[in-house]
Amino acid sequence: MILSRLGRGTVLALAFLLALALAVPVLNLAVPPGSSFHVPTHWVVLVGKWLTFALLAVALDLVWGYCGILSLGHGAFFALGGYAMGLHLMREIGPRGVYGHPVLPDFMVFLNMKELPWTWWGFSSFPYALVMALAVPGLLAFALGWFAFRSRVTGVYLSIITQAMTYALLLAFFRNDMGFGGNNGLTDFKDILGFSIQAPGTRATLFALSALALALGLLVARLVVTSKLGKVLVSIRDAESRTRFLGYRVEHYKLFVFTLSAMMAGLAGALYVPQVGIINPSEFAPANSIEAVIWVAVGGRGTLVGAALGAVIVNAAKSWFTGVLPEYWLFALGALFIGVTLFLPKGVLGTLTTLRRPRRAAPTPAPVAQPAE
Amino acid sequence: MSMFRRLAAALTLAGLCLLQTIPAGAAGLSDILPRFATDSYGDTEAAVVAVAASGDAQALPIIEALAEGRLLVAPDRRILIRDRAGALFDAATGQAAAPAAADLKPVRTNNRVRRSIEASLGGLSLLATDPGKRLESAQSVFKSRSAAALPALRTAIERERDPRIKRALIEAQAAIAFTAPGTPELDRIVAVGVLADRADIDAQAVLRSLPADASPRLKEVADRAIADIDRRLAVVGLAQNVFYGLSLGSVLLLAAIGLAITFGVMGIINMAHGEMVMLGAYTTFVVQELIRARAPGLFDVSLVIALPLAFLVAGGVGVLIERGIIRFLYGRPLETLLATWGVSLILQQAVRTLFGANNREVGNPSFMSGSFEVLGVALTWNRVWIIGFALAVFAVLLFVLRFTSFGLKMRAVVQNRRMAGSMGIRTPWVDALTFGLGSGIAGIAGVALSQIDNVSPNLGQAYIIDSFMVVVFGGVGSLWGTLVAAFSLGVANKFLEPFAGAVLGKILVLVFIILFIQKRPRGLFALKGRAVEA
Repeated sequence: MILSRLGRGTVLALAFLLALALAVPVLNLAVPPGSSFHVPTHWVVLVGKWLTFALLAVALDLVWGYCGILSLGHGAFFALGGYAMGLHLMREIGPRGVYGHPVLPDFMVFLNMKELPWTWWGFSSFPYALVMALAVPGLLAFALGWFAFRSRVTGVYLSIITQAMTYALLLAFFRNDMGFGGNNGLTDFKDILGFSIQAPGTRATLFALSALALALGLLVARLVVTSKLGKVLVSIRDAESRTRFLGYRVEHYKLFVFTLSAMMAGLAGALYVPQVGIINPSEFAPANSIEAVIWVAVGGRGTLVGAALGAVIVNAAKSWFTGVLPEYWLFALGALFIGVTLFLPKGVLGTLTTLRRPRRAAPTPAPVAQPAE
Repeated sequence: MSMFRRLAAALTLAGLCLLQTIPAGAAGLSDILPRFATDSYGDTEAAVVAVAASGDAQALPIIEALAEGRLLVAPDRRILIRDRAGALFDAATGQAAAPAAADLKPVRTNNRVRRSIEASLGGLSLLATDPGKRLESAQSVFKSRSAAALPALRTAIERERDPRIKRALIEAQAAIAFTAPGTPELDRIVAVGVLADRADIDAQAVLRSLPADASPRLKEVADRAIADIDRRLAVVGLAQNVFYGLSLGSVLLLAAIGLAITFGVMGIINMAHGEMVMLGAYTTFVVQELIRARAPGLFDVSLVIALPLAFLVAGGVGVLIERGIIRFLYGRPLETLLATWGVSLILQQAVRTLFGANNREVGNPSFMSGSFEVLGVALTWNRVWIIGFALAVFAVLLFVLRFTSFGLKMRAVVQNRRMAGSMGIRTPWVDALTFGLGSGIAGIAGVALSQIDNVSPNLGQAYIIDSFMVVVFGGVGSLWGTLVAAFSLGVANKFLEPFAGAVLGKILVLVFIILFIQKRPRGLFALKGRAVEA
């Protein structure tokens, strides 16, 4: 029943992710380094990072691909989740900082602060940090959406607003007064829940958790879009006014899916930070959020699995380029933006699907370019 | 008006007081000089004061020589100056003197005499021939408030012809009169008037250092003057803030005005708009480099040469983008956004590869450097030029849209594309040229911004979000809205800065716009009627 609702592609993707979550830690930890099946730790970290990006892409695809909300500020939700986790990891350091202060992190000692700001309250507890990683992006998205959707700010205007939001947050987090480490952000983490953050075991566990989180995100998103609510979302995407005239409270649907998506992005950020070991304000840069949009576009807008795939493809290409031809990465990324929008409007997955079953009726619902109002 | 009358009255009063206190008729040098020869410190000190007060052209060299032990007494009691090269001059006349016998004795000094010398030297440069030096020393006397400079000050006031320096001198005298113990009450009150007219922080500082023997009445007058100055300073501060705000507003206007065409009129989200600005700035850089290498004399007109070139370069790139990419994406604004973002990445990296990632040096031509002051408000020339330039660009654009055939076609295509096409307008070309026009204006903006900002590959990124904010705030499709929005956001930003700091001020403005768009999604000057639905 549920399997048929998910569709074959999603089931395959979920199965693959579960297999990945089991296999990679085993291949990394249990297989000796000399063996050709061994997965080196730096690969575990790198792919783990991509998986969190993929989760961000799925979150973005949920709002863009299925509801037509092009958010250029999803990087902000991702970064907020990351900061929530970063705050917890900072508190975990305890008195082991360079200055050895029993409570305050190094940068606060350096800035001559006397006590923890109120915003740090409770972050010594891991569950609290995890809740915050979901709640803060969720609340921000809810507040922004509450205002924007009710006053019917749509399309490009909403994109610009979300971009301004992440830009404002970027500026705010650069300030030392915010108490979040200013320019340098939060780093020098020691351990998480008592396990050293550098240990291969911790890294493998984080990898498995990222894979599971991505699977969970795909599952939730898939269930949402295949539900009755999902049908309404698609109709909002394709003809917002008509949906409203049919009696649906468009802004409620949008608000729900936008908030859900922001919380998924926050979870992705929370998993990202312990793996890369740093979170700083540059994560809020508008360019990051737009890059996330191109992952979705490359993989295939409105396909969920494709978005995750796109994130991995683009980031793999980025890793390869920055290693081999660092000068040309931006050229390639720019060309990707142009090429995908001009020649692959359905993305890799969407195009593959259409190519594979050209005769069959009703392929993957491709987004309608010009909403017929 | 009343301010000037008050000033004039104060000056006359001050002048009158001076005339009464100046000793009748300064003694001639020939009467004073012999007192250096008596070899008594008391006489020497008196002579120093008298020489300083004499106002003679020789006074400065004489006292300088005394300070450095080069003032000599000949056996015949003549006073001579040995200059640093060793030649001898007559102290009274300044003419070369015959090398006299060996037993020339230097005039001796002790601490008291040296103090007197120092005070007189400060006072004497009040009489220097160079007006700049006179003004400078008047200002330094104002700061030091040393009563020893009073005699020289009085002489200087009497002789000074330059009204600006004279005012500085009178202010210095007032500062001394106000603070020195034992000045008559009336003089002090006059001094308060002079200081109140000066009306700056320094005058306030003088007024705050009320002497111990001040009467309650004087205190009241001084307090009132301080409050007065506070008000004046507040007004000047306000004006200064408005100027900074207008200056920022003009920068925003320049950056946003091209966008008002491409986004506002055509509805194209051009994320590469900032890069058009950057191309304009780099065009300026290249033009200046060529001029430096080939024709340094033309440097002052480099910007004038760069303007049309920047328009052509950025406009040309704009036409290419429109023909190559955007025309396939009409009606798909979100895709346009992504594709033009890709263009912006490519342009940034191209410029970085060509010119390097570092900031490039773009010089200010001479007419754009320096600053001037209007009623206490300091204005820098480059900012003033940019304000004027932004308004000029705006006016030209309005003119093009309203009174040229191209503008007419453009408006026709925007209002009703199919009808315009039926009337024989080649709409694709109008699209391309309109986009080129918007991009070209961004290029021109780049020429201006190269004067006040760092020219680096990231230049455009700094402006893109602000530009969008301006256009959206002003109302998409409304050029006047863009103008009003740019200046009001600029001024608002600068007024928030003192309270909130630069970064927080900017954040507040962003938050304000985000909230504003919720309230009025179509901006300040919303288009009404059918155009909205199109």
